[in-house]
Amino acid sequence: MTTVANGVNVQALLEARDALKGAPEAAQFTWRASSKWQNGVHSTTTVRDFFGLGQEQSHKAESVFEADHPAVFAAEDNGITPIEYLLVGLAACLTAGVASVAQNRGIQLRSVESTVEGRHDIRGILGADSDVRNGFTDVKVTFTIDADASRQEIEALVAQSQKRSAVFDALTNPTDVTVDVA
Amino acid sequence: MAEVTEFIERFAKVTGAPVRTGTNVTSLRPTDDGYHVTTGGGEIRCRTVVIASGACNRPTVPRLAAAVPASIRQLTPFDYRGPTELPDGGVLVVGASATGVQLAAELRRSGRPVTISVGEQVRMPRTYRGRDVLWWMDASGLWDQRYDRIDDLERARRLPSPQLVGTPERATLDLNALTAMGVEPVGRWAAVRDGRALFSGGLRNVFSLADLKMERLLDTFDAWARRNGRDADVAPSERFPPTRVPASTRLQLDLRSGEIATIVWATGFRPDYRWLDVPVLDEKGRLRHEGGVVDGPGLYALGLPVLRRRKSTFIYGIEDDAREVVDHLAGHLAAHR
Repeated sequence: MTTVANGVNVQALLEARDALKGAPEAAQFTWRASSKWQNGVHSTTTVRDFFGLGQEQSHKAESVFEADHPAVFAAEDNGITPIEYLLVGLAACLTAGVASVAQNRGIQLRSVESTVEGRHDIRGILGADSDVRNGFTDVKVTFTIDADASRQEIEALVAQSQKRSAVFDALTNPTDVTVDVA
Repeated sequence: MAEVTEFIERFAKVTGAPVRTGTNVTSLRPTDDGYHVTTGGGEIRCRTVVIASGACNRPTVPRLAAAVPASIRQLTPFDYRGPTELPDGGVLVVGASATGVQLAAELRRSGRPVTISVGEQVRMPRTYRGRDVLWWMDASGLWDQRYDRIDDLERARRLPSPQLVGTPERATLDLNALTAMGVEPVGRWAAVRDGRALFSGGLRNVFSLADLKMERLLDTFDAWARRNGRDADVAPSERFPPTRVPASTRLQLDLRSGEIATIVWATGFRPDYRWLDVPVLDEKGRLRHEGGVVDGPGLYALGLPVLRRRKSTFIYGIEDDAREVVDHLAGHLAAHR
């Protein structure tokens, strides 16, 4: 099992799973982002701290994300659109899942690439047609994986990565969202 | 059915054990040297007890059922008797294991529009290479796989029942068969919001997980036949088309529109231990046991999912389990004379 090297510490994850089985309170995490309006539809969001394992935690470094709209939306394009960040999250989460499952199943990966396409009918957000939703019409992810495994095993990796993906779940299932004014 | 009744009656005769029919156990509590059992027909004192009351005593219904508008009739498989007793109109069957697919097919045949909400499921062909799939489970030794040799026992014990139905035609009743009949699949039911049922957009993935697992199972059967020189006894190897994903699946359904008149919850069952006054349940209400040896002296269990083998819940499958559990029981009696 440990003869493959995908760089995922599966042993630590398995130990964490066992430890948290008996300690559900330590398993409660809160992820946070702080956003600040710049100008127009441009905003800057930073991520650094989170809560987990019963205490405040911090990333090694703060990450900064610029969000804006492109020129075709008559904006300055200082960064990607907010909905594109969902694609970033989905691709990153599924890729992490593929690597973890491969490590756990003893499959050596050589390359894992994916493209994520979110089809979007913008008549929804423009209010041009009330029957069109605001969000994605649908999302399609295509993986190209080179690994020491059969096609069936690779398909199983991708299927399992969706089964255990936080972002796949967040995109495919409704989430209770509260937006307040402080 | 008659064969099963006869089998059990003959078993009662052969063992000579006193059988008290129509007698409910209302309480089981520990005493200094065993257990005290209260039943509808008197008290019993005993040194050991084998709990064989099954894993399917109560239907499980998810919490979101409470948010369903009152205009919709809700049924569990325990309430369901047949399509004629349902109000006119569409039916939403929740769950696509054995119960869900069978009820969806029966309701669709009665002419009703049927929608089925599908989460993780176990797909199986009724027959494979000319033999019943259960013949393969038995012959290949899969059913004999022991609980202490299974990587993820927790998952094996929670596995949904396979999409199988027993009919004279031995027809396969998977989701392809249901969609061919006109049943509409939707994703796992995730929430009710403003009177609307919201379904998961992950239907494709639960389909491919089920397809991949079935492929692996059939590969196991093929490998066994090849290894044991049985290829000539069975028909050639075959593969089945993947579960068809509809061009577009509905992500929500207005429960107040009248489209759905009835919801059938085929969302599983759980055991009923309300009569068990012994602290042997875990935080999820499951019996704590190691291969049927319950975490209480002289207390045993039989007939629970993968108790000691994959076949533990089958009448035929209980024989080996019973032998081993009773060995332990006899040892307990001998040691506590």
